[in-house]
Amino acid sequence: MHYYESDDLKKFADVGRFRKELMNKFFSYYNKVVGEDGALTKREKALIALAVAHAKRCPYCIDAYTTGCLEAGANPDQMTEAVHVAAAMDAGITLVHGVQMNNVLDKVGA
Amino acid sequence: MSNATLELINKATNSHEDDRKYNFGKILSESQIATNPRSIETLQLNVTKLCNQACLHCHVDASPKRTEHMDLRTIDRCLEILAEYDEIKNVDITGGAPELNPHFDYLVREAKKLNKHVMSRHNLTVTFDGNPVTGESKAYLPEFYAEHQVEVISSLPYYQEYFTDKQRGRGVFNKSIDSLKLLNAQGYGEEGTGLQLNLVYNPAGAFLPADQATLEKDFKKELLQNFGIQFNNLFVITNMPIHRFKDQLKRRGGYEEYLDKLVTAFNPSAAEGIMCRFLISVSYDGRIFDCDFNQMLDMQVKNGKLSTVFNFNYDDLLTRKIFFASHCFGCTAGAGSSCGGETA
Repeated sequence: MHYYESDDLKKFADVGRFRKELMNKFFSYYNKVVGEDGALTKREKALIALAVAHAKRCPYCIDAYTTGCLEAGANPDQMTEAVHVAAAMDAGITLVHGVQMNNVLDKVGA
Repeated sequence: MSNATLELINKATNSHEDDRKYNFGKILSESQIATNPRSIETLQLNVTKLCNQACLHCHVDASPKRTEHMDLRTIDRCLEILAEYDEIKNVDITGGAPELNPHFDYLVREAKKLNKHVMSRHNLTVTFDGNPVTGESKAYLPEFYAEHQVEVISSLPYYQEYFTDKQRGRGVFNKSIDSLKLLNAQGYGEEGTGLQLNLVYNPAGAFLPADQATLEKDFKKELLQNFGIQFNNLFVITNMPIHRFKDQLKRRGGYEEYLDKLVTAFNPSAAEGIMCRFLISVSYDGRIFDCDFNQMLDMQVKNGKLSTVFNFNYDDLLTRKIFFASHCFGCTAGAGSSCGGETA
């Protein structure tokens, strides 16, 4: 048994077992943001969600948004580019902290 | 008992279990949706199972190895029916690759003489591949179609090579593009010519299709920009969980998940417009079915007696009870799915 089971995603709504009204507010917000065309299309939103799913390393979201992207008409080239955007951002975020390191190097005169 | 008999019994048992678990009739009655036949506007003729391709999702299981063809006697009987009933406006010729039936050209010419709208489910590559059995060339097809003003409806799973070849075989995308260019050269897809060229998208896997209007826009932009190709409409259809696609789902362990997805996406307004209310489907041997999918599952229309073109009765067929089963969820998921695309 793995800690993450893909079937467990179906139990997501059960998180509202207590304080259901909070979960309802979340789902209403979530569906409005992700599930509708707006200034961004549903496909663009699905690609962003896929990138975020990888950046945050959420297996449930990767499952859901791989299919979600396909069902929004995206293709594997676009999806892979979205994952690269997440990876490039991750690398950039790590590297930009090198500025902090340099600041300290300067401060200690190294 | 032979292994083949046992396999047939197992298949039938599994299919009944599916129908109980995924009960389409129950959902329809709970949603109070009318499902009676409305008209027979279209006579869909499956004239052969022979095909130059063997696509992964083909619900007909068509391939170069198939031998079933509609014979001339049956074709003539279908033409008699078309002549007799003005209500039947369209002839939708499908297969396999319908052009591989030796009487295909005759059928098209005669149906046009009857002033019927003729549609051909043309797979594009047959123009270059020809007949896989006899080697007969089919290079005349673009000109033939234009001369007889046939509406050409062609599968192109995607505007890129990857998804198309994955589903339809290596090299199919490039050949399809060349074939589309030949159709364009005849005036197909060009405004004002009246020559309709419609493409069909279906997902390259176990997922639902995207919105038809959005995909059509993408296809038009990409095909024009990259290949200079024009077409009229894109029909978006859902993969039907029967035959080859069902076997593939079962092998990958995703059959139940796919059926669950279709059931969850059930859309009552798509169900109102299901195609079986407006057409009948005829098999190569003249038997009558509610649709091409029921035909492939051998669910022949029975209205007192088993219906064929040889005992065809228009009014009787309008009183028939359409046969539904678990695969029908494929026609009612999301925006719906039919031979003409979305139904909602």
